[in-house]
Amino acid sequence: MSLSLDDVAKIARLARLELTDAEAAQTLGQLNNIFGLIEQMQAVNTDGVEPMSHAVDVAQRLREDRVTETNQREAFQSVAPEAEGGLYLVPRVIE
Amino acid sequence: MSRADWEVVIGIETHAQLKTASKIFSGASTAFGAEPNTQACAVDVALPGVLPVLNKEAVAHAIRFGLAVGAEVAPRSVFARKNYFYPDLPKGYQISQFELPVVSGGGLTIVTSAGSKNVRLTRAHLEEDAGKSIHELDNSLALSHGRSGIDLNRAGTPLLEIVSEPDMRSAEEAVAYAKALHALVTWIDICDGNMQEGSFRCDANVSVRRKGESKLGTRREIKNLNSFRFLQQAIEYEIDWQIEQIEDGHAIVQATVLFDPDSGETRMMRSKEDAHDYRYFPDPDLLPLVIDADWIGKVKADMPELPAAMQQRFQSDWGLSEYDAVTLTASLDTARYFIDAGNLSKGEYKAAANWINGEIAALLNKRQININDPEVPSPEELAMVISRIKDGTISNAGAKKLFQALCDKRRLELESFAKQLTTASVQQIIDDMISASDLRQMNDSGALEAIIDEVLANNAKSVEEFRSGKDKAFNALVGQIMKASKGKANPQQVNDLLRAKLSS
Repeated sequence: MSLSLDDVAKIARLARLELTDAEAAQTLGQLNNIFGLIEQMQAVNTDGVEPMSHAVDVAQRLREDRVTETNQREAFQSVAPEAEGGLYLVPRVIE
Repeated sequence: MSRADWEVVIGIETHAQLKTASKIFSGASTAFGAEPNTQACAVDVALPGVLPVLNKEAVAHAIRFGLAVGAEVAPRSVFARKNYFYPDLPKGYQISQFELPVVSGGGLTIVTSAGSKNVRLTRAHLEEDAGKSIHELDNSLALSHGRSGIDLNRAGTPLLEIVSEPDMRSAEEAVAYAKALHALVTWIDICDGNMQEGSFRCDANVSVRRKGESKLGTRREIKNLNSFRFLQQAIEYEIDWQIEQIEDGHAIVQATVLFDPDSGETRMMRSKEDAHDYRYFPDPDLLPLVIDADWIGKVKADMPELPAAMQQRFQSDWGLSEYDAVTLTASLDTARYFIDAGNLSKGEYKAAANWINGEIAALLNKRQININDPEVPSPEELAMVISRIKDGTISNAGAKKLFQALCDKRRLELESFAKQLTTASVQQIIDDMISASDLRQMNDSGALEAIIDEVLANNAKSVEEFRSGKDKAFNALVGQIMKASKGKANPQQVNDLLRAKLSS
């Protein structure tokens, strides 16, 4: 499988990345190399091997349901580009 | 063509906020209504370098739900990242479950006017809620100058997304499903069920097809319905709209729509072409969730009697109708009230059911309160009212007046009802009220006969009319007798005695 420039444009749009034509062409080459590697791996026979979602075979550690965090709004909002009345401000979004 | 030529197919996705003290992946509080962003910690605002750690209680709630609907609880499930950009989702992805959800299958019984049926569940998975975007705020200069405000207090609140199969065939069934699910999640105490605060929200997938057609029609998804009434209205509108479109020769285009309660219409939010491409993949920050049989066993041992089992019991042990059994188990509070009132009235379960589904339901509706509100007479008081009907002290009509007086008394004297009253003092209150309102029924047939004789003597014309075949005259006489007894005569007794006297 190999990608087209349109695929690259779509992936970039979904990731909110702006690519120049040159960058898109370069990215296309890099992504296709990665796909080549994946194709090599997919050629290996994995019949009877249970798929894994993680590389380590350990279970998730769980936390007791306790409130352990305190209000840090002031510290967080001091580094935010814009905040007012306790709210973070962003360019207006309406669906 | 009319609606009768069409079949409606509905599936529902519900987001139930899980009742926990802290968030699903952080130790920030989930309490509702705090000052904006005061309950959003480093994990919730997605500062770099933080790691999510899963809340054990949220998982226990998911297991509880799985057991309650007879589903399979996965021994191993996986968290995945659902990628999209929106300002109230600071990580740029929502942690959810995709290929391996914690709960699969199961079902829920619903009851409508057409009878009962099973709605199959596809799955239920754990995920985190997003924050809130605020577009309008009073007195805020910034928001009115092209800015939206973001409050991340809700970000990371644990959700259980419950997905049904497309098994519902009408808005009525969809509402019955949503109500049954709402009753269940509050019953097993995993969700507070507060729809105004967004703790329980439904998305409805609606499509239509001509009757007999086996292929499903194209569906449109109505998002974020936070009341049963809106769910009903939105689906009704959507069904009519889709049928009209098809009959006018237009194809339905898959889309996400919003319901506008003011206009009662649905309108398109986005079509499938610009639908999200979420690019799910297993979250490398979270290891697989392992649930062993031991844990499931512990949760099972803790489970209360479920509404379905209770409905069965109400019908087989106490002879209630299916309708009564279903309405009385609409919430755990209602069921407990009913059982208490029935037991305290020494087994008058059917009468207790009639009172709860009649006078009490009307009171709750009128005052917009729930059954635990101090304005509502206690199960003990209701049981006493029922006992006084049973022993003939008051008539049904008198009991309704008494109940009304009891409600008024409670409203005026809330404090004196606040403390736990003894059975003796409840009896004293009720009997005093019966005397004060002069509701005692006349059970002395001698006194009643005297009244009847007097009425007959004074209404010779009516008696004559009755004897000449005018049945109406009989009712006029009954009316006169009831009036003369100040409404306290037992109507059945009046009927019997009067008929006996007139035919002698």
